[in-house]
Amino acid sequence: MNTATLTKRPAWRMERYAPALLLAAALAIYIAIALGLGLTRFLTPEAAVSILNRSIALGITAVGQTFAILVGSIDLSVAHLISASAVVSSAIMNGDPAMMVPAVLAVLLMGAVVGTLNGLMITKLEVNPLIATLGMALIIQGCLASFHGRFGGSVPDAFQYFAYGEVIGLPVSLIVLVLLVLAAWAVLRFTRFGSNIYSVGGNRDTARAAGIKTTRVVMASHIICSLCASLAGLYLASRLKSGSPWIGTEGAYDLESIAVVVIGGTILSGGKGGIWGTVAGVIIFSLIDSIFNLAGVDAFAKQVMRGIIIVAAVAFYAVRSKRIVA
Amino acid sequence: MSNPAIEMRGITKSFPGVKALKSVSFSAYPGEVHALAGENGAGKSTLMKILSGVYRLDGGAVVVSGEERHFTHPLEAIRAGIAVIYQEFSLLPERTVAQNIFLGREPTRFGLIDHKAMNAEARRVLALFGSAHRIEPDTVVADLDVASQQLVEIAKAVSLDAKVIVMDEPTAALNEAECEVLFGLVDTLKKRNVAIIYITHRMREITRLADRVTVLKDGETAASFDHVPEPDTIVRAMVGRDIGDFYAAPATPQEIGDVVLSVRHAGNDRLKDISFELSAGEIVGFAGLQGAGRVALAQAIFGFLPFTEGEVLLAGNPALFTNPRDAIRAGIGLLPGDRKAEALVLMQSVADNGLLTARALSGLAGRADATPFTSAEEMNKLLHDLDVRAGSFSQEIKALSGGNQQKAIVARWLALAPRLLIFIEPTRGIDVNAKAGIYHLMRDLARKGTAIMMVSSDLPEVLGAADRILVMRAGELVAAFPRGVSEADVMLAATGEEAVAA
Amino acid sequence: MIQETVGSAKAPGATNSGRLPKINPVFFVLAALLVAITLSNPNFVEPTGYMNFLKRAAPLAILAAGQIYVIVSGGFDLSVGSVITLTVVGSSMLLNNNADATWWVIPVMYAVGLAVGVVNALVVSYLRVPSLIATLGMMITLNGAAFMWSSGSPRGYLPDTFRFFGRVNIQGIPLIQFLPVALLVLVVVGLCLFWLMHRTNLGRLLHAIGDNPRAAQMSGVPLERVRIIAFVVSSLSAVTAGILLGGFAGVSTDVGVGYELQAITACVIGGAQLLGGRGSVPASIAGALTLTAIFTLLNFIGLPKPVRDVVQGVILIVAVVLATYRRNRAGRT
Repeated sequence: MNTATLTKRPAWRMERYAPALLLAAALAIYIAIALGLGLTRFLTPEAAVSILNRSIALGITAVGQTFAILVGSIDLSVAHLISASAVVSSAIMNGDPAMMVPAVLAVLLMGAVVGTLNGLMITKLEVNPLIATLGMALIIQGCLASFHGRFGGSVPDAFQYFAYGEVIGLPVSLIVLVLLVLAAWAVLRFTRFGSNIYSVGGNRDTARAAGIKTTRVVMASHIICSLCASLAGLYLASRLKSGSPWIGTEGAYDLESIAVVVIGGTILSGGKGGIWGTVAGVIIFSLIDSIFNLAGVDAFAKQVMRGIIIVAAVAFYAVRSKRIVA
Repeated sequence: MSNPAIEMRGITKSFPGVKALKSVSFSAYPGEVHALAGENGAGKSTLMKILSGVYRLDGGAVVVSGEERHFTHPLEAIRAGIAVIYQEFSLLPERTVAQNIFLGREPTRFGLIDHKAMNAEARRVLALFGSAHRIEPDTVVADLDVASQQLVEIAKAVSLDAKVIVMDEPTAALNEAECEVLFGLVDTLKKRNVAIIYITHRMREITRLADRVTVLKDGETAASFDHVPEPDTIVRAMVGRDIGDFYAAPATPQEIGDVVLSVRHAGNDRLKDISFELSAGEIVGFAGLQGAGRVALAQAIFGFLPFTEGEVLLAGNPALFTNPRDAIRAGIGLLPGDRKAEALVLMQSVADNGLLTARALSGLAGRADATPFTSAEEMNKLLHDLDVRAGSFSQEIKALSGGNQQKAIVARWLALAPRLLIFIEPTRGIDVNAKAGIYHLMRDLARKGTAIMMVSSDLPEVLGAADRILVMRAGELVAAFPRGVSEADVMLAATGEEAVAA
Repeated sequence: MIQETVGSAKAPGATNSGRLPKINPVFFVLAALLVAITLSNPNFVEPTGYMNFLKRAAPLAILAAGQIYVIVSGGFDLSVGSVITLTVVGSSMLLNNNADATWWVIPVMYAVGLAVGVVNALVVSYLRVPSLIATLGMMITLNGAAFMWSSGSPRGYLPDTFRFFGRVNIQGIPLIQFLPVALLVLVVVGLCLFWLMHRTNLGRLLHAIGDNPRAAQMSGVPLERVRIIAFVVSSLSAVTAGILLGGFAGVSTDVGVGYELQAITACVIGGAQLLGGRGSVPASIAGALTLTAIFTLLNFIGLPKPVRDVVQGVILIVAVVLATYRRNRAGRT
């Protein structure tokens, strides 16, 4: 007994590899369909870039949502914030390149305010995050609808560089997303703040007892989440030349960003997961979208399938848990 | 001797309606192990929570290194060098060992977390535990077994440079080999001049480790020794009352009726080849260490984590249930050990809690106030007869004391008149004075012909309240004793110490 | 002993007496709002005033009365708005401008609602997907299905036989002059759901699983069965609301948009505990009427329609904050 090894052999935990497995499966199906239909032009590096480019807005939003979910919260206001950011940016710019910087700053400020309010409601007023952010979503939607009539405008051509520009053969937007992901990874991995996010999400009481200022951590995570949504709104304005008030809800960015985070192995109760899983989730969604396009599924059927896939993806992780959910 | 690392003088603490501590004094010197003994509810945890800043004291003083302190937050106590290792771990299961040890105070370099330094420092602290028990700093805590998690908790305290470490029943979840590791560690810490406050009610550990012993009883210092006295002396100080009255009289042979439950060669992934019988009218106590399979056995009989092999008969009928609902319908009831998590619906009224099972087994569209088993009126009467004390039975059960909540749960089962009633930790979290009421209630039920299975980690309780005692170890039934067996014999069977010693 | 100061409970049967019955604050709020509406528009006390108000509020009230079942059991049902849409769009497709088809189209829509509720419950119970995600997924799917079915542009209108429930007023009633069929439907549905929630075992078991599912399971509550009923009640109430709305409004693919949140808001205003354990059918209906009254008042004041959303969002948050605050205070005393 004196040689008893106290460390259990680390169990092979399926969840850790699930995002990679799912990604491989989605990729295999995509390749199989492309080969089966003889569409080899969809298997080139350019095709890969275009697949990735399909999901820039979702990717940016999901990076932010990863922070909200990791800290044990959730943000259902991102879709409306995306719409608001797109509308506000195109209204402020109104075709004038000189207004680009003020517009971007205004939109990011709006994101910071929304994130702060979400965080305040959740930490100080102790409102359930689902309700707090749903309420916020309604408020943004109402404000947007009230003022939309007076807002018009479009973004100047220069601003479309964000969505359509290329640097060394790669889309600018994709580079922005990659940089954002790297920054998120560095924050989560190498800063005390990032470490605190995991601790607070894992167990708020334990974190508090260890002297972590949990309120600040939750607030900051929500601000990051909202800033990312604002950035996604800017991207969509740049891509579509002008913002529309339903741009965010139409893309179902709230649900989809949550879904890709969960598919990436971040658990909804927080404290476990990471940015690379989210990246895998985003790519999986882009591939699914591409598969539908290859297979010629019509837009409405695609929406039906999408709802089912999101639920199935969450179920994939949830079904093994013993916990009773409601 | 040098100055005490901490000194608590005349500590008084009251909770609404109960005086938890009455002028208790306690001190710990660097390099000593001061054992704090006492029954559940004696005030040990309250005293330590005052020391660690979880509770604020009503009277008295806490002196740390010669300076009076008033902690308002656990963090202040930690900064003052006091670390408490609770029974429930405060580890984050999804983070690594090193991340847990340095939670909230990770070493940084140029503002970024220095993972290398963190792991190195963690490894240095963990090295104290000796080379036989290597825990890698980058292992995820969820991948560690309970004993290693315990060690990580202690490593956390060590890395904080704690001058005082409080260990609250640290061996509760450990097996014999793991206990030895822990004892070795306590010795190491002692040599490093740490003051250790060791809470336990196991005499063996006190004999092995302690330099001094203080016994608490009902919130007062019952005895304090500057040496380690004979175990009997400690036990007498702990119990200090007439045991004959505390527990109900045992069953007479005439009271024991037919066999109600018969388990034959049953097992599942946590239980091996279990065979025993329970008869009407008797209370059978199940003793064993944490994780020995007692709760798993209860849950298997109840169909919650079913048996996968063997045979179970309830009053002669096959009774291998796969869900609690079927078991309940056949006449089995179970009172879980963790009432809050598994038994109570806290937002509902006392009466609703009592009626829950009766309603669950009745037609969904049936009247809620008149089930085939009982009616709201009968339930009120039953709660009244059980002496459940509440302002009104229509108030939320949340506000009741543990003992009254437990009685309401008993009422839930009585309404269905079960053949077999399983009590898991029947008096956990219940005021000492209310415990006797629960024991007498169990006996009354047995007299009326119910077979009672009692699973308890409180050995005196098993010895005092049961007619027979079955002992489990590592998923197996290893011994059966009649009433009147000694505590030592049961412990020997539960720990399998003879085998280890050989 | 600890409890000696509290004293023993009163004699059996007397437990409810001696305490003033607690009245849910939502009823006072509703009364105050109705007074405010009357002050700003005296016509409101005329039958045409309040009957039209009730008629307009009926779909939301029915929806809230159904939603409270899911909320009490600890979940959310966000698919109800899309069920409304599917009901309206699907009915118009099936009816195909044929008035005689109403008698079978309505049962078909209820069957669809039943299926949606069962699927929601199964996904939550067996696949262990949190209801919020499961029903949001259902919402996306059903909205897509409604689009698919109508190829994006729902055709035609609903025949009068179908619109009977939402639109017709029964004339010539003494005292109140006329009675909208929609109100009649609300009263019948409300009474049924009140009875089921507050008088039967099912209602108590719903509270139990919302309060502590593990304890409920260990006490023999058939979790899955109870949960299926909760989601089915919610979906069927959505079909009913859809049939009424089909009577007021035209056919479009966005009739149901936003109703899920309005229903949840109504329940919260009615004092329901989010994540389960507490809630009342009459209070949720009162919550729906309160929300409608607020919208009506905003209308009178002349605020534009979108402001509704802002107000609703604020109300939702404030109601939850107040509930938390009240509970915390009650917990401390």
